[in-house]
Amino acid sequence: MTEHVIKLPDVGEGVAEAELVEWQVKVGDLVREDTILAAVMTDKATVEIPSPVDGEVTWLGAEVGDTVAVGSPIVRIAVAGGSTKKDASTDKAAPGDKVADKDTPTPHPSPQGGGEMARVAAASKGAAGGSKASTATAPAEEPASAGDSESLSPSWGGVRGGGTVANVATFGAPRPEGEKPVASPAVRLRAREAGVDLRQVAGSGPAGRITHEDLDAFLRAGPQAAPVVAGGLAPDTSEQEIKVVGLRRRIAEKMRLAKSRIPHITYVEEIDVTALEELRAKLNAERKADRPKLTILPFLMRAMVKAIRDNPGVNALFDDDAGVIHRYGAVHLGIATQTPTGLIVPVVRHAEARDLFGCATELNRLAEAARSGTVTREELSGSTITITSLGAMGGVATTPVINYPEVAIVGVNKIMVRPVWEGTQFVPRKMMNLSSSFDHRVVDGWDAAVFIQRIKALLETPALIFVD
Amino acid sequence: MKEISCKLLVVGAGPGGYVCAIRAGQLGVDTVIVEAKKPGGTCLTIGCIPSKALIHAAEEFEAARLAAAGKSAVGITLAEPAIDLAKTMAWKDRIVGRLTTGVSGLLKKANVKSIHGHARFRDGKTVEVETETGTQLVRAETVVIATGSVAVELPHLPFGGAVISSTEALSLTAVPESLAVVGAGYIGLELGTAFAKLGSRVTVVEAMDRILPLYDAELSRPVAKRLAALGVDVILGAKASGLASKGGALVVEAADGATREIAAEKVLVAVGRRPAVQGWGLEELDLDRAGPFIRIDDRCRTSMRGVYAIGDVTGEPMLAHRAMTQGEMVAEIVAGNRRSWDKRCIPAVCFTDPEIVSVGLSPDEAKAGGREVRVGQFPFSANGRAMTRHGEDGFVRVVARADSNLVIGIQAVGQGVSELSAGFALAIEMGARLEDIAGTIHAHPTLGEAVQEAALKALGQALHI
Repeated sequence: MTEHVIKLPDVGEGVAEAELVEWQVKVGDLVREDTILAAVMTDKATVEIPSPVDGEVTWLGAEVGDTVAVGSPIVRIAVAGGSTKKDASTDKAAPGDKVADKDTPTPHPSPQGGGEMARVAAASKGAAGGSKASTATAPAEEPASAGDSESLSPSWGGVRGGGTVANVATFGAPRPEGEKPVASPAVRLRAREAGVDLRQVAGSGPAGRITHEDLDAFLRAGPQAAPVVAGGLAPDTSEQEIKVVGLRRRIAEKMRLAKSRIPHITYVEEIDVTALEELRAKLNAERKADRPKLTILPFLMRAMVKAIRDNPGVNALFDDDAGVIHRYGAVHLGIATQTPTGLIVPVVRHAEARDLFGCATELNRLAEAARSGTVTREELSGSTITITSLGAMGGVATTPVINYPEVAIVGVNKIMVRPVWEGTQFVPRKMMNLSSSFDHRVVDGWDAAVFIQRIKALLETPALIFVD
Repeated sequence: MKEISCKLLVVGAGPGGYVCAIRAGQLGVDTVIVEAKKPGGTCLTIGCIPSKALIHAAEEFEAARLAAAGKSAVGITLAEPAIDLAKTMAWKDRIVGRLTTGVSGLLKKANVKSIHGHARFRDGKTVEVETETGTQLVRAETVVIATGSVAVELPHLPFGGAVISSTEALSLTAVPESLAVVGAGYIGLELGTAFAKLGSRVTVVEAMDRILPLYDAELSRPVAKRLAALGVDVILGAKASGLASKGGALVVEAADGATREIAAEKVLVAVGRRPAVQGWGLEELDLDRAGPFIRIDDRCRTSMRGVYAIGDVTGEPMLAHRAMTQGEMVAEIVAGNRRSWDKRCIPAVCFTDPEIVSVGLSPDEAKAGGREVRVGQFPFSANGRAMTRHGEDGFVRVVARADSNLVIGIQAVGQGVSELSAGFALAIEMGARLEDIAGTIHAHPTLGEAVQEAALKALGQALHI
């Protein structure tokens, strides 16, 4: 029996530690070479740690949410069998593996990350991968652990001693979703008369069968455990504890930092986008097949590039610890994007060097990568100013939070047709609000307004976007 | 017009309706039941019971014929037997009479008022009944529709004359020399087999490519084999297109379009049953429908408050025991109890030769539902009692979930297996695992041992095979 110790590998340049966001195995699980053991999160990307060997997990060195230093042991795997088997498994292991304590697994090469050694996964993958854990880790020839958690094995295996089980509720087997609870007609009738939904009762019997005793225990537990369904309305006293880990923790930290350090000034201005919308419709109607469909964002991106040229103070990072403002010629536009696991900000690099369709193409690519979870760590960092848009959800106005250490964020609200007074009469115009926040320590209200008014002028007369 | 009012009105006194009324009466609910014919419905008067009487008579007769022909495996010899079908029918009618009288008595005992006549809904709470003594108006707080089903008629073979439904087939007073059965479902095969045993030359015409399309091929195979042995000609993938113009024959069109005539003194059309939704004022109620049926929820409530529906009029499977259970449940709901349909299985029995029983899920159905299953099948050829009954064809099959050994289906085909169905259903309702069946002593020598052996086999521990 050889024990392999798996240490947290170097998951990215300059990363000294990473947060463990998910275990895909537990102690006692049998794993195969390449089975994913855990997911760790660095910066904003999740990296999966695969097993280098076949064997049984004997020890886990961290809990979800722990921050682990690169090089510290996180998993021990016992490799089964006598000498021949041991040789075989050692042969099979990745070239980087040595025996016993020296082992550090080689993470999978990234399919898109060039030299980067880590397999960069979707930020969302951490959560989505949960369900596959038990099935993926159980080799086919091990029926004992197939599908179900280990605690169930004794109850399904065979004869069970009567009355020896102390905790009835935890002994019940889980019912697959949609399956009716297993209970005799007599138990069902009693439950019906007591107004109990048997789906909520844990069954202690074989195959999860609900006995009269289980029903008694459920009824004894009181009304909060047995909600009366008769009236249709019942108090819901359930409470969920959700550990803030992974991406959510990153978001929480970032937001706290931004709000505690930056005195925000928010400026809302309305923009008449009737002309812009006409132009956009025309361009979309006549676009070539290989060109992306234009949304309002590429226009805003180009307008911002132009407005930044006149107001370079908003395209900057403020290192408030050092008291230094870094102003950039490049406009790296962060695009706040909603994913299933939360908010991330992929970055369109060098927007100043992209034309309208160039911006649109890059925007589409990043949005797709963000949603499918293939966006890389590099693509999620380095922005100098950020755009936030709630898309179709819109809203009248927002108070965007600056993407620290940037100094400005521009928010897009919904386009609405509103009556506008044109001197003699009201006319319907397509109006859109821009809600923008600035770091008032380094951007004065006046400068903020000048910047936004410049954008307004460009968007209201869109031809100006295309002339220098 | 006479007028009465009551708490519960049941329209139709078939197995669903009369059970509902009896239970409601027992629970002290003021109940009225309306029926135009005799109580008992299709099941008692023209279905289950009469057909079983005929099947029994046919089996006895066939055994005697075999003995007369010197083919009795058990060594009986007899002179050539004869059957007086009129006497058989009289015997059957006495059984039916005893049962319908019994139902009437039970209704009376439960203080249910029976009205004999044709009911017609005026609205969701009022029914007019045409009785012999005039029109009776019944107002009720709650109404149960239990109107049942009727045999489906083929447009090109309307009932009448030589074309008969199962009802007429169960009242024939002479054995037809030749009988064509249209439809190889359970009704057609049960009656076709009986008449073949009584001496008719039977031809079965089925549009699908196999007999008993509702059962899997494994279960229906012994039946097909037995039909062939009885000399029943089964024509599959063919349509009955009408009577021959000169009479005495049925025109059958094969899948390739070729037509032929088959001799048929009588043509039994048994292509299924449809809900009885006409002639009693359903149009006044405007209830939601599920296809041709009345839509019900898990408490047999229709889309109209205070109007329940049970039995064949509410959908498949159109079986008496489903209707009875629904009727009982509705009565208890009306009496103020909390009830809903929570049955795990509705057994289905086919009284062919050999009989077929299916309870719960077949292996294919279970797999189609995404379950991993463990199947154990035990043949009657390895069962001592089956050998001594001279009925070795068939098997018992147990289907269980692979992860928990929970039994989710039991099927059997073989002589007399209908009597095993109670145990099958009990196992599933109780949530038995394979180990429960395997660990229960099944009396020796009985057919039931095959059930235990099938469970053992699914566990990989079969003893007698």
